[in-house]
Amino acid sequence: MATNPMHQFEVYRIGPEIKLGSIDISFTNASLFMVISSLAILLIFNLGSKKNSLLPNKVQLLAELSYTFVSKMISDTAGSKAKPYFSFIFSLFMFVLFCNMFGMIPYTFTVTSHIIVTFILASFIFIGVTIIGFMKHGLGYLKLFVPSGVPVVLLPLIVVIEIISYLSRPISLSVRLFANMMAGHTMMKVFGGFVISLGIVGGWLPLSFSVALTGLEILVAFLQAYVFAILTCIYLNDALNLHH
Amino acid sequence: MIKKIFFQSIFLSFLFFKEAFAAESGGMPQLNPEFWISQIFWLTITFGILYIVLSKFILPKISANLEIRKVQILENIEAAEKQREESELKIEEYEKIVQNSKNEAKNYFKQTREKVLKDINLKKEKLDKELNNEIQKAEAEIQELKDKAPEKINKIAVETSSDLIQQLIGAEINNSSISAIVDDLSKKKMDKYYGN
Repeated sequence: MATNPMHQFEVYRIGPEIKLGSIDISFTNASLFMVISSLAILLIFNLGSKKNSLLPNKVQLLAELSYTFVSKMISDTAGSKAKPYFSFIFSLFMFVLFCNMFGMIPYTFTVTSHIIVTFILASFIFIGVTIIGFMKHGLGYLKLFVPSGVPVVLLPLIVVIEIISYLSRPISLSVRLFANMMAGHTMMKVFGGFVISLGIVGGWLPLSFSVALTGLEILVAFLQAYVFAILTCIYLNDALNLHH
Repeated sequence: MIKKIFFQSIFLSFLFFKEAFAAESGGMPQLNPEFWISQIFWLTITFGILYIVLSKFILPKISANLEIRKVQILENIEAAEKQREESELKIEEYEKIVQNSKNEAKNYFKQTREKVLKDINLKKEKLDKELNNEIQKAEAEIQELKDKAPEKINKIAVETSSDLIQQLIGAEINNSSISAIVDDLSKKKMDKYYGN
């Protein structure tokens, strides 16, 4: 049985094996939950934008609140220049949020608890932001690594540190989300295992922990999606408005 | 293109460590690269479709809805403001009309009162005049009567006294001497009877 707390993260094939040349692109449980999350987002936001009444109904209100929330987040962190990237950041935030939230339902699979998924998203953002930066400022984008007001003696050291921190962005971004999701789900599984092993006498304490952890994990699920999106905005801000 | 090269290089770099990861089975399933390509593939497809549909169809609609609502609310507020101003103007106008009519009524009342008062005064004066005339006339008559009365009384007194004397003593007495006495008496008592 699935007593191993890491068992929930296992990816398995659903349906037949699909091969593209020699590469295996079979439909898996991870793929299933990506599709479910995307479809849920599209369904909700399609319903929320279908008809425009002066007094919005619940779904419309949800869609419009999300819209204004993300648009405010972007304009607060990256300014008005980031408007063309609104759709991308909105999709990103919603995708991560829905994947995280679907992962909170028992027996589901958490897409974002896999380093490869978060790493691909983060590196896409990293590469995209770097390209945008070079396109906007040319080689002047390299000034990002040279902070102003630093003594000349310290400059070589600072530049190296800046470059390392810049290059580690995709790793920190992806590991933050992945580690948070994995740790939370593992912990819940462990406490769930304690409930079973301690039985009806001693199981109440881990059960109460489990309940509390569920609330915490829902908060973390939202917070990590938010952090992921807002860090994207901050990176975008660096590329659009070179401040250093 | 850059993206593809990047993904491939990452994948290749992990392939070198494949054996190391495979050795510790029961570790993290996340580090098992068996379905990595599949996950990348499906992530690209689902996220791509999500992005395209959201950015092309849904988000513009939501944005338009919000804009329309904003415009509509602003318009409504403007219209309400306008109507409020209009009603304020109307109220002012109405108050003006009420004030005017009040003033008019007051004026009219005043005028009528003045007219009536004037009329009354006129009539009163006329009446006074007439009364005065009457009074004067009456006074004149009274004066005349008053003036004539002592003479008559004196005459009567003289006649009566001459008659009385004739009957008492059977002698004719000169009228003139009697009237002298009567005149004298009546002059003395005049004040008593007529007050002047």
